[in-house]
Amino acid sequence: MNIQARPLPVATAPLAPEVFEVEEEHHDAGAITTLGFWIYLMSDCILFASLFASFVVLRGATAGGPSGREIFNLPYVAVETSCLLVSSFTYGMAMISAESGKRAWVLRWLGLTLALGLAFMGLELHEFAKLISEGSGPDRSGFLSAFFTLVGTHGLHVTSGMVWMLVLMAHVLRNGLTEANRTRLMCLSLFWHFLDIVWIGVFTVVYLMGVA
Amino acid sequence: MGDMLGKLTLDAVPMHQPIIMGAVAFMILCGLGVAALITHLGFWRTLWSDWITSVDHKKIGIMYIMLAMVMLLRGFSDAIMMRMQQALASTGGPGYLPPEHFDQVFTAHGVIMIFFMAMPFIVGLMNIVMPLQIGARDVAFPYLNNLSFWLTAAGALLVNISLGIGEFAKTGWLAYPPLSEIAYSPGVGVDYYIWALQIAGVGTLLSGVNMITTILKMRAPGMTLMRMPIFSWTALCANMLIVAAFPILTATLAMLSLDRYLGMHFFTNDAGGNPMMYVNLIWAWGHPEVYILILPCFGVFSEVISTFSSKQLFGYTSMVYATVCITVLSFLVWLHHFFTMGTGADVNAFFGITTMIIAIPTGAKIFNWLFTMYRGRVRFTTPVLWTIGFMITFVIGGMTGVLMAVPPADFVLHNSLFLIAHFHNVIIGGVVFGCMAGVNYWFPKAFGFTLDERLGKISFWCWLVGFYLAFMPLYALGLMGMTRRLDHVNNPVWHVYLVVAMVGAVIIMCGIAAQIAQITVSIWNRAALRDLTGDPWNGRTLEWAVASPPPAYNFARTPIVTTRDAYWEMKRRGLAHNPLPAYRPIHMPRNTATGVIVSAFAAALGFGLIWHIWWLSIASFVAAIGIAITHSFNEDRDYYVTPDEIAENEGKYHLASQV
Repeated sequence: MNIQARPLPVATAPLAPEVFEVEEEHHDAGAITTLGFWIYLMSDCILFASLFASFVVLRGATAGGPSGREIFNLPYVAVETSCLLVSSFTYGMAMISAESGKRAWVLRWLGLTLALGLAFMGLELHEFAKLISEGSGPDRSGFLSAFFTLVGTHGLHVTSGMVWMLVLMAHVLRNGLTEANRTRLMCLSLFWHFLDIVWIGVFTVVYLMGVA
Repeated sequence: MGDMLGKLTLDAVPMHQPIIMGAVAFMILCGLGVAALITHLGFWRTLWSDWITSVDHKKIGIMYIMLAMVMLLRGFSDAIMMRMQQALASTGGPGYLPPEHFDQVFTAHGVIMIFFMAMPFIVGLMNIVMPLQIGARDVAFPYLNNLSFWLTAAGALLVNISLGIGEFAKTGWLAYPPLSEIAYSPGVGVDYYIWALQIAGVGTLLSGVNMITTILKMRAPGMTLMRMPIFSWTALCANMLIVAAFPILTATLAMLSLDRYLGMHFFTNDAGGNPMMYVNLIWAWGHPEVYILILPCFGVFSEVISTFSSKQLFGYTSMVYATVCITVLSFLVWLHHFFTMGTGADVNAFFGITTMIIAIPTGAKIFNWLFTMYRGRVRFTTPVLWTIGFMITFVIGGMTGVLMAVPPADFVLHNSLFLIAHFHNVIIGGVVFGCMAGVNYWFPKAFGFTLDERLGKISFWCWLVGFYLAFMPLYALGLMGMTRRLDHVNNPVWHVYLVVAMVGAVIIMCGIAAQIAQITVSIWNRAALRDLTGDPWNGRTLEWAVASPPPAYNFARTPIVTTRDAYWEMKRRGLAHNPLPAYRPIHMPRNTATGVIVSAFAAALGFGLIWHIWWLSIASFVAAIGIAITHSFNEDRDYYVTPDEIAENEGKYHLASQV
């Protein structure tokens, strides 16, 4: 067991290329950033998981107020959902244009994505305003608190995604499709698709199961 | 004027409370003293350009640990105030702390010790050591690292401001509702708690993302995961826990704030709220949190015991698997914090058993450390004393934990001083001892001179004896039925134990004083304690393969790793410390003030939200985002260290280390 207690040999070797890298390794900055962003997204996923769990716990806690069946308008939410789903597609088109180096098309597709995001947020805020004006605001019951918070947190994410998209469009306008900007586009792409997936969860758990 | 400052008026300053005002005056005097000293030494410019704005992981790590040490003093002041109060007020008298102040003291003690002492300490150690151990030039995202530190500091600042402006929470360190709801805690105390933790929590989360990416992507060539030093393994697992657990805390505190600010009903006891949901959520974060703290300490002990036994760590593979098992299991035990919720025998039995199972990988670790020492030539330095002290103390704490994992026993011991004794037994015996071992072990790496051994040993013995005197009586008191958080009680039998516990706290205070003396004396004698070899302990891992303190770029040439204990192998083959004939330019990130400025606005945002000063909140939020966006347009972010500079640095180091 006493394997390592021997004294160190005193040999002095000349240069030791096998001990140090002769050529500096180049860490791929883009790949590192993308991995870091993935890890961040997983943490965001857990944030949403906590809110989903809370929503499920409080779903029945209507405290005499309205339940999901009474307030949800499925066709309306379906339009909202399709805005977001189509925006994921348009973002994908922006990425394809970026791959082939077409800056103008990247900006066009991003602009379209932004418009769809705006439409989604407009529909969401309109739904919120309507509920609040009917007295079914987030302070009405545990159920409504959980509903507004889960959907609202998703909305806040979409909003920050749109601000980020504007900043990124400025970056692309300024410097073109540089390596750094491609990495940024990739990260926002991950973020945007992630929000789409979360929304599918919201649509299913909150709306579909809410009216079932 | 009233509207401009929200809820903030001059009455918020507790002028009529001499103890608080004395503490505030003391803090202001200390701050002025430090500022005067910096001015006297002409250190302001260096402080700003080489430290505050630094993106160097070693300097950021040092700043984290300095923050932790300052907060240790504050958290310990709270501790000794509580021990004095209970010793004075256990025979019927009122003591010297009014109940509403006592409640703030125990809340602040817990919050400070966990979030602003233990966490920065651990994150600081990981920052200083981990990139060096894996042979990296820096962390994956150096600017983010600086931002993470300053966000943590901003949270700590808010906690300290609460002492002089307003109040702190009176709810206990986890702020259980309904007590923490606006109906029962209408003051700003809980708001200070929420925003301090939210801001610091964002910093911790970003740091977790950064560290995982660093470990997964930036290891030196040849360093496979199973060749990675154990401390870096525990850092990887702890950071995975951070990324998986901290978002739950963020979401939970966000829901509590929505209840308090917008009248929602997540955790209220009316309109459908569910307070027990908060308790579940907060412990789904809280239990992994204790493993976030202890796992890196296990790593420290592994490095220390292997180095000072001059042996390879016994059972490396089992150590890695034990760490990973604990990481997974830490998410499956949270309900043992509230068996008394009454979920029923089946659920309690499940969580009781998972809790007991955690003792198995932990026990495996203890045996690994013992077998590492077995037939080794153990050098009884200060870090080794802390490690042996830990092994004995932690085993006792672990056993009382397993005892409480039995739900019927827990029904008796829940919220008693037995619980308090248990978790201090593992947190002081594990985390604090681990941090102290780590500081004594790696201090020479960070600063280039060793710490005074004699004072280090005095501080260890004071801490060890003080710990047992302070907490063993609490086990007995818990079994006698004394519950936690009592500000006064009339029981002459308990009184004796409480006096002994206070004496223990005073001895711990001597230990802290010895540590301050140790650092001061060592700085004074730094010429005599200087280590020019970069390897004062005959170390085994790569952090010892560079000069102390390491140059900004860490490694002049990235080492190639062929075994575990890579540096030991290099020394064994006679390949260490040979200057290379030529160096290449090294690509390095430039310092930036963005992190500290964004964090200053985050602190202002928190302050505005706490006092309902909406204009300040909005302006700070917009400013913080705006500065972050502006930073993204800054393209002057890096520079190259020239081969000449490297050759000069390395030449000096190799000359000194050729012994």
